Amino acid sequence: MPSACAETVPAAGLLSRLPDDELELLLLIRHFELQLLDLYGRGELNGTTHTCLGQEYIPVAVSGLLRDGDFVLSNHRGHGHYLARYRDPHGLLAEIMGREGAICAGVGGSQHIRREGYLSTGIQGESLPVATGIALHLKRTRPGALACVYIGDGSWGEGAVYEALNLASLWRLPLLVVVENNGIAQSTPTSRQLAGTIAGRAAAFGLGHLGIGSLDVIGIRTALAPALDLVRRGEPLVAEFAAHRLGPHSKGDDTRSAPEIEHARAHDWYRRYADQHPRQFAQFDAAQREHVRAVVAEVSARPPSTWTRS
Amino acid sequence: MRVAENLNAALHAVLAADPGAHLLGEDIADPYGGAFKITRGLSERYPDRVLTTPISEAGITGVACGLALCGDTAVVEMMFGDFVALAFDPLVNLAAKSVSMYGARRPVRLVVRCPSGGGRGYGPTHSQSLMKHFLGVPGLSVYELSPFHDCLGVFEEMLALGEPCLFVEDKVTYTRPMFPDVAPFRLDYDGGVARVFLDERPDCVIIAPGGMAHRALEAMRSLLVEEEISSMLMVPSRLYPVAVEAAAVERTGAEVVFVAEESTGGGTWGAEVAHRLHAGLWGRLRRPVTLIHALDSVIPTAAHLEREVLPAASTIHRQVLEALRE
Repeated sequence: MPSACAETVPAAGLLSRLPDDELELLLLIRHFELQLLDLYGRGELNGTTHTCLGQEYIPVAVSGLLRDGDFVLSNHRGHGHYLARYRDPHGLLAEIMGREGAICAGVGGSQHIRREGYLSTGIQGESLPVATGIALHLKRTRPGALACVYIGDGSWGEGAVYEALNLASLWRLPLLVVVENNGIAQSTPTSRQLAGTIAGRAAAFGLGHLGIGSLDVIGIRTALAPALDLVRRGEPLVAEFAAHRLGPHSKGDDTRSAPEIEHARAHDWYRRYADQHPRQFAQFDAAQREHVRAVVAEVSARPPSTWTRS
Repeated sequence: MRVAENLNAALHAVLAADPGAHLLGEDIADPYGGAFKITRGLSERYPDRVLTTPISEAGITGVACGLALCGDTAVVEMMFGDFVALAFDPLVNLAAKSVSMYGARRPVRLVVRCPSGGGRGYGPTHSQSLMKHFLGVPGLSVYELSPFHDCLGVFEEMLALGEPCLFVEDKVTYTRPMFPDVAPFRLDYDGGVARVFLDERPDCVIIAPGGMAHRALEAMRSLLVEEEISSMLMVPSRLYPVAVEAAAVERTGAEVVFVAEESTGGGTWGAEVAHRLHAGLWGRLRRPVTLIHALDSVIPTAAHLEREVLPAASTIHRQVLEALRE
């Protein structure tokens, strides 16, 4: 599904070689999500989940530019956001599985996670006003820090998004809106749910907009870094990524045609990186797959989480 | 001192005491000071923390939630309580749930002020008492402005809870006096519940939130003078969780109980109170708790039509008389 994202940072085929630990992080997220789908397939998980397969490079690129005092808000498709910030697959899996050591005692699950400087919630558009409030707090108490909120293309149907963008622009708040525009909102193509463009909507509020088609973590950071400096000084930014969702919305609910799915697969950083940096990739891919398998085995064997209500 | 002045003073005190306290709302900045002038003088004294906002109830409630999640204190003014419907999602689905849905209890100090009620001819969308829609939400408490409860004390109580609160303010109380003369009755407090009574066993108890208190008191006077009926009024500050205990009603010795409120009929706060009293006093009441409220109707604009729908002192007088004469 080609995206309507106006790209100021265009897609290019080449991916820069990453430091080993950055590649490890990308692969950690990939294998974490694959293992989750496997666990669901085997009936080991309660409820539902939304994987970020194909979008892992976005939080990895963004997190590299964030500081400890920044605040991240995530959404329903948030495993990559969390892992990129904390590299804590044990805590996240325990949360999703309701096991001891869960980040939020198993109450929040996949979509409702809170740690110092991190918050996710599952209702579309709800997080943007909250991020605006957090940015207001940061502006007063921690000048130079920013609030980074991840939303999808589908979230732009929610009115609260616009109330927040208006306030953030009006009050010159350090707010970074990262849009993972994967061209499809659950089952609805963006072309059937979004009139005009996200760039146009950002412009309407006097907000900066950066369209990013690239899958190259280093290239993305180079483009984003100066814009983030401006965000930290009170110029909010909408950074819109032309992303590609490889998997279903949640599990087994992908209604896209075979060519559409193949188009997404053709833009998978994983395949490209394997082709372009085969030796480094081979060295870490198998290791991360094994690492996540070990996490699954260890966390699955833990006792259930306990919740102290008061 | 009028109720509006007491509320204004409480907001001044909250902002003065807590450097992280914020107040957000539409048209709240000076010199306008809010549609009901409750925020007068606040933006001049605290320009960085008293923020007049665009017309964005969902947005500003979400912003307030963000502040509260960072440990700040946030107070939001809905210009009219009716508009809190626009903020239902951030309030119910995030602010209230944040107290517990992240596994450990985390304080969320957020008060949403809702100028409510009719009697001023503002019509169907500016006259409602919507508190019934916010009862039974885990992590959310509901309070009502009362002439018998100092506003600063109520704010301190709400903020100490560490969970979001809806603060219902009946607009007609703004211009009425704080701690009004209750003669020939006298006033005391049982827990957080104000009691207005004679020194004898009352024939009935009327439970009413702050906005109904003056109407109930007027009915009590006319019932006493015209019918020699002795009643006790109980005015809780906290509506939900219900602060009126069955034991407190039992101690009065009364066997007939009324709950008077301005909400339209159906699924009311009074029904919640009645259920608790029935559970605690089953067999000791002479008759089921009588609910007095507005008709199950939109609230009309024209004065004569509005009077038909809303409960007045005369409504309470009539219902008490009918119940006791049965």
